[in-house]
Amino acid sequence: MVAEAPREEAPAGAPGRPEELRPRIETLALTAFYGAHPGVKDVSLQFSANHVHALIGPSGCGKSTFLRSLNRLHEHTPGTRIEGRVLLDGEDVYASGVDVRRLRRRVGMVFQRPTPFPMMSIYDNVAAGLRLDGRVPRAALDETVERALRQAALWDEVKDRLRTSAVALSGGQQQRLCIARTIAPEPEALLLDEPTASLDPQGTQRIEELLVTLKAMFTIVIVTHNMQQAARISDTTTFFYMGEMIEHGPTRQLFRAPRHERTEAYITGRFG
Amino acid sequence: MSRRMRQWKARLMVGLLVVAVVIAVLPLILILGMLLYKGATSLNPAFFARLPVPAGETGGGVGHAIVGTLLIVGAGAAMGLPIGIGAGIYSAEFAGTRLATITRFVADVMNGTPSIVVGVFAWAWIVATQKHFSGFAGSVALAMLMIPMVMRTTEEMIKLVPNSLREAALALGYPRWRTSLLIVVRTTLPGIVTGSLLAIARVAGETAPLLFTALGSSYLVTNLNQPMAALPLVVFTYATGPYQDWHRLAWATALVLIVVVLVLSIAARLATRQRFHGS
Repeated sequence: MVAEAPREEAPAGAPGRPEELRPRIETLALTAFYGAHPGVKDVSLQFSANHVHALIGPSGCGKSTFLRSLNRLHEHTPGTRIEGRVLLDGEDVYASGVDVRRLRRRVGMVFQRPTPFPMMSIYDNVAAGLRLDGRVPRAALDETVERALRQAALWDEVKDRLRTSAVALSGGQQQRLCIARTIAPEPEALLLDEPTASLDPQGTQRIEELLVTLKAMFTIVIVTHNMQQAARISDTTTFFYMGEMIEHGPTRQLFRAPRHERTEAYITGRFG
Repeated sequence: MSRRMRQWKARLMVGLLVVAVVIAVLPLILILGMLLYKGATSLNPAFFARLPVPAGETGGGVGHAIVGTLLIVGAGAAMGLPIGIGAGIYSAEFAGTRLATITRFVADVMNGTPSIVVGVFAWAWIVATQKHFSGFAGSVALAMLMIPMVMRTTEEMIKLVPNSLREAALALGYPRWRTSLLIVVRTTLPGIVTGSLLAIARVAGETAPLLFTALGSSYLVTNLNQPMAALPLVVFTYATGPYQDWHRLAWATALVLIVVVLVLSIAARLATRQRFHGS
């Protein structure tokens, strides 16, 4: 960790770049195959720390596949393959010898449908990632579970029933529980794959507010079908189409003055 | 078509379905009624606790067969359930592999194999080589019947687990084997328990495989290495025997057997229901 050193004397990462602009996650010519078909083609992107990055595009455009390549979940689908590189703080996550388990502890993920583990209590769900590394002292575990639930804005609603089943929660609560479970092991980045697609407007709003507060702690990459959502919460937006990255830029600029005709057609609702 | 005609037709169809349901359920009610009528009067403490008396005398019980069934089925379950569940987990989690495909096919064939064939096989494999009948040989036969049943139900249960749940565990950093064991198996545990109980209930009533293996006995035997009595064998022997008192005992034993199977089935139902109420 070099965070303690004065910045001017010991610049971290690329020389001459301020710390906050150094990319936390970077892809270099990333291509992700399903069999012989590339779902993502030659995408090079940089995601800076402590920002919300939105990935938008029509269904099947490769944005989810791209997201799943970042924590190497893509490779669990049979017949898939990756070319190019994914760098996390400058280190290639696809290099041989990389501990996938450690990678996934550093890069957490939340899915489209809430995925609470059904046979576990609320408490055990949040603790699931923490218990992976063996026994954690009870007091420390209690503390971390409470912190994660507070950060996920769920603590007040569940603090009196931590031992009850997680599936009894509402859809929105379940999704916040999944966010709590993901952030409990203190990852550096948070990947979200359409996290509000199955929620009602109220649940959606709570998650959006939550993400804006969470970016102070995490680098957030979110796939969304909802362009208003991207416009509301993200700092940068990337438009995918047919597996290719068409445009990437500050959210405000991309929505107000898209450089590409296709981006404009998509965000104005002319297709997609 | 007039409205009356339509309503009349609907009523006719529903009526036919109700008739089908009654015909389907009737045998069960008749069997239970007959067993209760013929067997219930013989159910007394002595019936459960005592051993058989010599042929021709009245009285005696089937305590030896109750113990025998518990031991044979228990040992069979101890062998068959872990193998069946393990094979089921494998063929669900590694569904695309050649081994899983072969295992699934073999299990389907074995599920359709008549139980007497399994009994003859256990006879040739264990009884003939050891040169004596034994409760253990019966357990092996029952285990062989249980394995394919349990394997297929386990596999079907695990297949029902949404892939997103599996991915959520992987994304948390769970290694694959721990995902399978902790998340998938734990989620499907009620279903696996149900499948196991139903398999036990199924084989507890099997007679044919035990005829060639456990053989039967008139004594209280607790050594699995010796011929043993079992409830279905007692029913078979007593029901086909020439004595009036044996017939009485056969009815009562059959009643006990069907109650055991019923209790196991109800327990299986309860285990499944728990899942929907959460833990």
